[in-house]
Amino acid sequence: MDLSAFIKAGELGLGQRAPRWRPGLGGALHGEVFASARETGGTAAALALVMDGLELGRRSVLWVQDAAALRLGGRPYRPGLPEPLRHRLIHIAAKSPQDLLFALEEGVRCRDFAFVIGELAGNPKALDFTASRRLTLAIEKHGVPLMLVRLDAARDLSSARIRWQVRSAPSPAPQWNAFAPGPPRWHAELFRARGHTPGEWILRDDGHVLTADRLAPLAPDHGDLARAAGDRSLAS
Amino acid sequence: MAIWLARLAIDRWRHNAGEGADAEPTVLTTETAHGPRIDAANDAGLAAGAKAGMRLADARALCPGLKTAPSDPEGDLAFLESLALWAQRWGPWSALDPPDGLLVDVSAVAHLFGGEARLLDDAGAAFARRGLTARLAIAPTAGAAWALAHFGPNRAILGPEDAAGRLANLPVAALRLDDDVLTVLRRLGLKRIGQLGGIGRDALKRRFRSRSPEATPLTRLDQLLGRKPEPLLPVVAVPDPLVQRRLMEPIRHRELLDRVLADLAVDMARELEGRALGARRLELGLWRVDGEVSVRRLEFAAATRDPAHIARLFAGKLDNIDAGFGIELLRLRAPSTEPLALAQGDFEAGAETQGTSLSECIDRLTVRLGEKAVRRPVAYPSHIPERAQRWQAPLAPEQASQGELAFHQRPLKLLDRAEPIAVLYATPDGLPQRFRWRGQVHEVARAEGPERIAPEWWREKSTVRLRDYYRIEDGEGRRYWIYRHGLANDGRGGPPEWFLHGLCA
Repeated sequence: MDLSAFIKAGELGLGQRAPRWRPGLGGALHGEVFASARETGGTAAALALVMDGLELGRRSVLWVQDAAALRLGGRPYRPGLPEPLRHRLIHIAAKSPQDLLFALEEGVRCRDFAFVIGELAGNPKALDFTASRRLTLAIEKHGVPLMLVRLDAARDLSSARIRWQVRSAPSPAPQWNAFAPGPPRWHAELFRARGHTPGEWILRDDGHVLTADRLAPLAPDHGDLARAAGDRSLAS
Repeated sequence: MAIWLARLAIDRWRHNAGEGADAEPTVLTTETAHGPRIDAANDAGLAAGAKAGMRLADARALCPGLKTAPSDPEGDLAFLESLALWAQRWGPWSALDPPDGLLVDVSAVAHLFGGEARLLDDAGAAFARRGLTARLAIAPTAGAAWALAHFGPNRAILGPEDAAGRLANLPVAALRLDDDVLTVLRRLGLKRIGQLGGIGRDALKRRFRSRSPEATPLTRLDQLLGRKPEPLLPVVAVPDPLVQRRLMEPIRHRELLDRVLADLAVDMARELEGRALGARRLELGLWRVDGEVSVRRLEFAAATRDPAHIARLFAGKLDNIDAGFGIELLRLRAPSTEPLALAQGDFEAGAETQGTSLSECIDRLTVRLGEKAVRRPVAYPSHIPERAQRWQAPLAPEQASQGELAFHQRPLKLLDRAEPIAVLYATPDGLPQRFRWRGQVHEVARAEGPERIAPEWWREKSTVRLRDYYRIEDGEGRRYWIYRHGLANDGRGGPPEWFLHGLCA
């Protein structure tokens, strides 16, 4: 009996441990953020996550919204945007989810965009697993990050490489006026990611760096036992 | 030859509105600070008493049934430009004489038409066919021709021998002078051109020395009599870049059409490159065997001449083409172009082949989603939040604006229309405690405000209410931007209402 075809015991071991997600790690290119449409914490966190460690250079930024997301959450407002984005933003008001997917794909194919952010309400039929794989392939080919914010959506099948559930968290008291809302904080749950173990964090973005405080897991955490899968291209 | 289109504005209006509309008294008006003013009136309007320069209210007093239409000076000028090119059928070059005249050089041309009189007849008939009232004159100098066209007999011809005698009887207004110069001359009792000859040149020069030399009667008189040259700026036609393909065999299938289109795009790119231009707009005309023409238009975000890009964008617009019995001629024209020099390619070949450039991407998005859907926010000088940003085309240059003062934080997103909310408060002008928005109750945990934003009194009515904005955070950490519209007892309506305007990060 030829045993050489079987995996040896040493190879079966855990090998390298899966790294925990932390800011500045340089995340996956294709991400999804699930959030409620009653707040805009999801979009703000998505912006913070995608801009984390990204060199904008002279490139523009594409922001695509479909009609329902536009109605529920409003339009981006230039004076309230993060400072580096104000003069770079190009906004697209797509009428339907199909148009939104077209715009996202054209956006990630363009070398002059630093990143693309999309806002989509609900679980439209147009965004099925095939459509999300198509997006992932285009993103991997061209290297432009995409963060898709899913408003009031169920966690459906998707090929996004990192998926978050985000809601606003109470802000710390600001320095001068204790009764005023402070700098924003978000409660982010990483529920699915390639190469990272799930976990929960409190994110905050002070305008320069994204910082994250890990919340203690309620259930016993077996995350360290998972083997590092590493990221691989979807195409290969 | 000078051509005076005495009633250009009315003739154009009649052409657009149709003959039937001409039966009623109608005037063309411009909005001025003192109400609408009449620019031109048709025959029925003139008979009713309306005159150019009159206020519309005065004319309405004379004739209550007066119809009005807005006058269109830019359109008139554009029409005059195209007319100047058309008038080059009578001479090698022509010049504009705004607002309603043309000058055509007919030196040594008249024999082609059988003499100057027959040239004038030909021109008069041609203008009459186009429905334009024209007064024509031929004279040795442009100034003399202009004077005769405006003040002489119609279709006057002036030879070099009797020039001074015939011009002497024209009024001084024929010298193309400003109104205030004419007033001075009238006060001096000088009514005819001939009377100016009786005065010494030095005296005339001294009297009008404060004016620019072109506007003095002396210079104009010299130009009229040909003693001084008068340079004119000719109108030169610049043909649009145009390429076309005539096909031996009419095509009925899409693949062949795409191939011909790709060839046309390459031709157009070569044509544009030769002139160092890039196209901003393109028009593709498809001539069918039965004479039907369908036209597809394309607009680019930035000047381009990349054939693959052009062909790709047109391909998206050709889906609903009806080929009928076949298409036999394709013509690609660039009505709007911009200078586009040859550019240095990137040293790294990969950087160019990787992905699309920004302008290409914008073009593709605009063609599919429409022009309104692809825009960028720009700052606008206003302190009203929803007016402080405007939307413009993504690659249009941004206007310089004052930097934003970071006194107050603004929300990340603004609702298109502020949504009314029901608010529970301790005192009418105090902080809100609880509010209901989209069917859910939010407890206000923290609030900052009010930030009072007054209406723009120079733009709006005095009854518009001010807004007190609050930045609030509810018990779960969700942050909103809400405002109270008005104050209690401000005398501008009932109790103040509350609105949710923006969502903070």
